Amino acid sequence: MSYKCSLGRMFGVFFKVGLFTFGGGYAMVPIIRGEMVDRHHWVTDDEFLDALALAQGSPGPVAVNTSILIGHKIAGYAGSAAALAGTVLPSFLVILAIAGVFDKMREARLAEAAFAGVRPAVAALVLGAAWSLGSGCLRTSRNAVVAVSAFAAVAFLKIHPAVVLLLAGLGTAAWEGLSSRRAKRGGS
Amino acid sequence: MPVLVQLFLSFFKVGLFTFGGGYAMIPLIEREIIQARGWLTLEQFIDVIAIAEMTPGPVAVNSATLVGFRTGGFWGSVVATAGVVAPSAIVVTALAAAMRRMKSVPWMDSFFRGVRPAVVSLIAYAGLSVARSAVASPESLAILVITLALLVKCKVHPILLVVLSAIAGALLF
Repeated sequence: MSYKCSLGRMFGVFFKVGLFTFGGGYAMVPIIRGEMVDRHHWVTDDEFLDALALAQGSPGPVAVNTSILIGHKIAGYAGSAAALAGTVLPSFLVILAIAGVFDKMREARLAEAAFAGVRPAVAALVLGAAWSLGSGCLRTSRNAVVAVSAFAAVAFLKIHPAVVLLLAGLGTAAWEGLSSRRAKRGGS
Repeated sequence: MPVLVQLFLSFFKVGLFTFGGGYAMIPLIEREIIQARGWLTLEQFIDVIAIAEMTPGPVAVNSATLVGFRTGGFWGSVVATAGVVAPSAIVVTALAAAMRRMKSVPWMDSFFRGVRPAVVSLIAYAGLSVARSAVASPESLAILVITLALLVKCKVHPILLVVLSAIAGALLF
């Protein structure tokens, strides 16, 4: 099987993703998308959304799971391993480096101030990612209805995100199954 | 049981039984690491979360590395980190391989067509949640608006925006 890039290069890109993601989870979405979809074209937006959905429904950190899935998509098992190592290593090395001075870190005013600047920026990056993914994905009215219902279910009804994704998928599969059967019956 | 084996098993459990990642892991870490093992006090754990938030990478991985280091030195940090990501590595890799084989199942396509718009909503909701806790002053609101404009209108790379916002924070706060 020929792959879209070398493993070393993949490791480097995932290392960058791990290094610049603060807060994990969906904070990683804009960085992964920027690198994997926009810059290197290793996966499409649809493949990226599928990976996020599977990551949400699997045990473990969402950011780590997403990396493993995208790595597998790019280069099979070796790709998963390179993506996992690349994503985890930066946080491991940074924590190891500051573990010795951990107790002094609490009083690090400068780090705290810098982080207070990063947090609203992370919010903006995640919102921006939702915006650009949504402008591709939410063009049909059916998708818009699914998106609004899913948002209401998570934000107001406080249903677990993995359950919401499962319902959205099963609901759509049932809908499409029924309408294709109806179309066949109508046609014959 | 040697402490390294205990560290691995405890964090393996944390990785295996948390779905959704991030802060969903915190209650389990609290039970496994603080109450069952006494490896940290609650106060130390709150500091661990604060440090984990300020450093790159998933909070669960950061916490595992830090707790592992404090409990078992360098090798403690290695086994704790390996423990917390091992369930992902096993389960998700198997899932990825299974998905590749199930590609030809027609209803899987339908399923994912329905899942995608819902994922977009989850991302939007996550962004709003971060915004709600991160915007505490006119300055932080300004950082959010400027970052969003640079990202959407000028297509500035997200990593550059993270670096710029850190500099802005250091100057403003």
